[in-house]
Amino acid sequence: MTINPSADRWVGRSVPRVEDAALLTGRARFIDDLPTATNTLDAAIVRSPHAHAEIRRVDVDAALASEGVVAVVTGDDVKRLTRSMTVGVKANVECWPIATDRVRYVGEPVAIVLATDRYLAEDAAERVGVDYDILPAVVDPVAALGDEAPVLHPSLGSNLINERRFSYGDPDNAFAAAPHRIGVDIAYPRNSCTPIETYGVVAHYDPGEDAYEILANFQGPFSIHAVVARALKVPGNRMRLKTPPSSGGSYGIKQGVFPYMILMGVAARIAGRPVKWIEDRIEHLAASVSATNRATKLEAAVEADGRITALAWDQIEDCGAHLRAPEPATLYRMHGNMTGAYAIANVSIRNRIVLTNKTPTGLNRGFGGPQVYYPLERLMQTIARTLKLDPIEVIRRNLVPSDAFPYRTATGALLDSGDYGTALGRAIAEGGYAALVERRKTARAEGRVYGIGLAAAVEPSVSNMGYITTVLTPEEREKAGPKNGAQATATVAVDPLGSVSVKVASVPQGQGHRTVLAQVVADALGLDPGSVSVIADVDTGRDAWSIASGNYSSRFAPAVAGAAKLAADRLREKLKHVAAGQLNTVPDDIAFEGGRIASRANPDNSVSFSRVAAAAHWAPGTLPEVVDQTIRETVFWTPDELAAPNADDEINSSLCHGFIFDFCGVEIDASTGETRIDRYVTMHDCGTILHPAMVEGQVRGGFAHAVGAALLEEYAYGADGSFQSGTLADYLIPTVMEVPEPVILHHETPSPFTPLGAKGVGEGNCMSTPVCIANAIADAIDAESVTLPLTPSKILGLIAGEEPQAKNPPRKIEPAGPSGQRKLTGEGAAEVAATREEVWKMLLDPQTLDAIIPGSHGVRRISDTHFAADVTLGVGPVKGRYKADIELFDLDEPNAVTLRGKTVGALGFGEGEGRITLTDIGSGRTRIAYTYEAGVGGKVASVGGRLLDGAARVVIGQFFKALANHAGGGASGAGFLARLKALVGGGS
Amino acid sequence: MLLTDLIRHAVGATGTHVGCEHGVCGACTVQIDGEPVRACLTLAAQAEKLDIRTVEGLEPRPGELSPLQAAFREHFALQCGFCTAGILMSLDALFARKPKASEREIREQLSGHLCRCTGYAPIVKAALAAQAHVREEKTTDA
Ligand code: FES
Ligand code: FES
Repeated sequence: MTINPSADRWVGRSVPRVEDAALLTGRARFIDDLPTATNTLDAAIVRSPHAHAEIRRVDVDAALASEGVVAVVTGDDVKRLTRSMTVGVKANVECWPIATDRVRYVGEPVAIVLATDRYLAEDAAERVGVDYDILPAVVDPVAALGDEAPVLHPSLGSNLINERRFSYGDPDNAFAAAPHRIGVDIAYPRNSCTPIETYGVVAHYDPGEDAYEILANFQGPFSIHAVVARALKVPGNRMRLKTPPSSGGSYGIKQGVFPYMILMGVAARIAGRPVKWIEDRIEHLAASVSATNRATKLEAAVEADGRITALAWDQIEDCGAHLRAPEPATLYRMHGNMTGAYAIANVSIRNRIVLTNKTPTGLNRGFGGPQVYYPLERLMQTIARTLKLDPIEVIRRNLVPSDAFPYRTATGALLDSGDYGTALGRAIAEGGYAALVERRKTARAEGRVYGIGLAAAVEPSVSNMGYITTVLTPEEREKAGPKNGAQATATVAVDPLGSVSVKVASVPQGQGHRTVLAQVVADALGLDPGSVSVIADVDTGRDAWSIASGNYSSRFAPAVAGAAKLAADRLREKLKHVAAGQLNTVPDDIAFEGGRIASRANPDNSVSFSRVAAAAHWAPGTLPEVVDQTIRETVFWTPDELAAPNADDEINSSLCHGFIFDFCGVEIDASTGETRIDRYVTMHDCGTILHPAMVEGQVRGGFAHAVGAALLEEYAYGADGSFQSGTLADYLIPTVMEVPEPVILHHETPSPFTPLGAKGVGEGNCMSTPVCIANAIADAIDAESVTLPLTPSKILGLIAGEEPQAKNPPRKIEPAGPSGQRKLTGEGAAEVAATREEVWKMLLDPQTLDAIIPGSHGVRRISDTHFAADVTLGVGPVKGRYKADIELFDLDEPNAVTLRGKTVGALGFGEGEGRITLTDIGSGRTRIAYTYEAGVGGKVASVGGRLLDGAARVVIGQFFKALANHAGGGASGAGFLARLKALVGGGS
Repeated sequence: MLLTDLIRHAVGATGTHVGCEHGVCGACTVQIDGEPVRACLTLAAQAEKLDIRTVEGLEPRPGELSPLQAAFREHFALQCGFCTAGILMSLDALFARKPKASEREIREQLSGHLCRCTGYAPIVKAALAAQAHVREEKTTDA
């Protein structure tokens, strides 16, 4: 069924967005564009270069003495002034926004420097000295469960912070009775939707009222407002949250700004001045928030015809170093939907949540969906492959039947509406599936590598605030009291001139909420949307809001727009009575159209909307008895269907359930391993469509993220916890060259549970597309198992039958040293116009070294064979100051020497060893040959292999050039090594 | 001082955005003497005496969008708009240099920009539409 928008309605039309004029002309106001109080300080954060270490000492004296610095905040200060953030499971563990006694991931905040401008704050941050005792790290969730694994939080006794088992129906019997047991074993990687605008916070503290006012590009209040207020030890009404008018994308990620709201609040309190912090990209990649990675074993009991009678899930969820609110929501958001689009009566689930030495996780587009649909839809393909069935038939035979809606899933979700079979049939017919199969046949006949993938998914939206409590046992829930619902709120107001404003706390981050709300309210009141003004950012001190308010779980169209409709309807009903009085007729005769209110029976009998609407301001005495006021209507709406989890752990985790069926054809270049998406078709049922172009925009945007997740993106960590995706040159985001244009189809079945019939549509392709592409690649290369991201090197490995490689492009990464290190090795040689003896002397002379070491601020002799240096080094975007300590060993004057060095700076650390050999090549010239092996860690190590190797070569080259010049010119070739301790070691 | 800081915080033209400060995302793109340049990789001193044009300079008159800006609105080529200023400056420079740039050239120019919201297809459409419009205008003028 397709609902054609009637010509007299605004909803359903792709009207231009009211947001765009400001965004296109540079007038939009993002957080870093807003004016601040003149005494505002800028913050720079000192972060851990180590994945796991005890903090022995934080020395802030040098930083405090630096120009412009007003205060330095450490973990001790934060501990003193706040309390640990609420953790979502019952566990003996604390959760702080800054390291207190121990760091547990690379990038964890250790200190905050507050200065009069950002440059000064960053300079001083480099002077904060931190002594670490490095601990072994664990990054793999399965390894983290092992007996030998280092334990992140000693109070927990292990890295397993929560485990629950669930059983629905009778899975044991179903497995025993089924002729086939088919399973998949999946490691779903970490990735992040990385908005182009990073985090920002401006915090004020008023000691007189013990009140915080925090501006942040956060996306709520959401339940997180309560977490922040509790942590800051103030009542909710002393924690005023505001958001800027514009926010540069989020896709869930900006939820993770909240620990910084706490930190900057404390910083403002300590400094006695407002504090502003704008995150940089390197901080964002290393330490904002990522999706969870998950290890999943999924098995199905399968009949001969491919029908599934039971599923057995075993999920190990990796939430990183801390279980930060709202986690473990990623794991439980899908709990009602563990059977996907299928009617499967028997389900068992074992959920384990582990902590590892990686960045804490949080919201990310698709939130839990990709981690579930990847195993589930890989399983569907595996069933088809094993039983030699058509994969379309395997999907079709298992779909929830069209006459079964609303349908209760085994785990408790109430699927609101759908016609999955028809939607699938239409996608196959209108999307050209048969032609694609032909294409594959032709391609294969020509020897090309071509495959087809499918995926079906149910896209949940409007989260039940109670789903997260499914992590508690029924007894624990009993004690804690029920949680449920999804309060949405909207206000429609009339001013004394009779114009209409809408206010919601939906906090859009580019989705165009204001445009849609103007359409919805214009329809209800017979106005032009251009005449309706909309505010969608939030001020918790002034606005109507509740715990579910904000921008997440695709709740805008179904919930917030619906609440706005209800508020406008309520106002319209009252205005009918007022107008009936003015027009001498009855309320039922009243119609709203074209900015006027008229009698239906006699349309000439009319009055302007504003005249009727303003009456409550100018002449309240004239309102009819039944009307109190027509100035402002605020509606709170929460659907009854969102009940708390019941005693059997059944949970309707979301209100609405869209349906998606995707298929695609991919071709793989067998020589490079590159994947080209030849055709992608995506069929959506998102209920009633409010704004077709915006729905397409959501589908395309989600699709592009999913292409990245499938082929490119991974937050990669070394085995030692080093972060290896630290810049946008390492964490590859798809560009226009990698994202094809999908064919988008719709099959609308309006939701019976939402005021407008709409369902969410923002996240579906992040759930369906990664696995659809993976299925196509597996089909193309006939692989049983494939792991995302399917980079060219990984695909080449699969074609060659090798074990998949960790990451592309091939890099010189060897698991190294104790913690957070990346190995660099190299060798080279140069010739200089000096004798061996002269070169030897130069290498042992602090003055010469000072002159020739790039970026040196002075070399000090500690003994004849021991030097200390201060150097500034830059690797790509990471520039910093380091202290280097260099010792000479195995001296064989004037033939050879070994250097061993260590460097440490705010941005990282390094250590290494190199051997230099001097050979006389006649005419007073010497050939200097060197080999080195060094490890670097911390922020510098996160900039990635290509940059790092390149920078090492450049610095070593500079050193040699300088040495040659010093010796009297004539150097050739590459660089040298003394440097490299300092250089490679420290900044390489 | 970086050119981005000069433009945004000293001059106060905040329409130019910073997304990475390491030259990859393209959000900070401005025109220096007509050439698209990453302001985050440029020192303010390097731009001395040169002509800098930012997104604030694209509107023909306040409240009126240029054909390129209008095409972006018409084709829903932006969502959050954080990447948009850089993309507009880049395309504007391309069309000034090459009014008949092919779709391939447009895509190549766009490949220096990251957009996380739109999936790019509407941006390509908007660019092609704007280019057609500008060409038409040129023909009518002539
Ligand atoms: S901010 Fe300049 S390229 Fe990203
Ligand atoms: S419109 Fe949001 S990043 Fe491009």
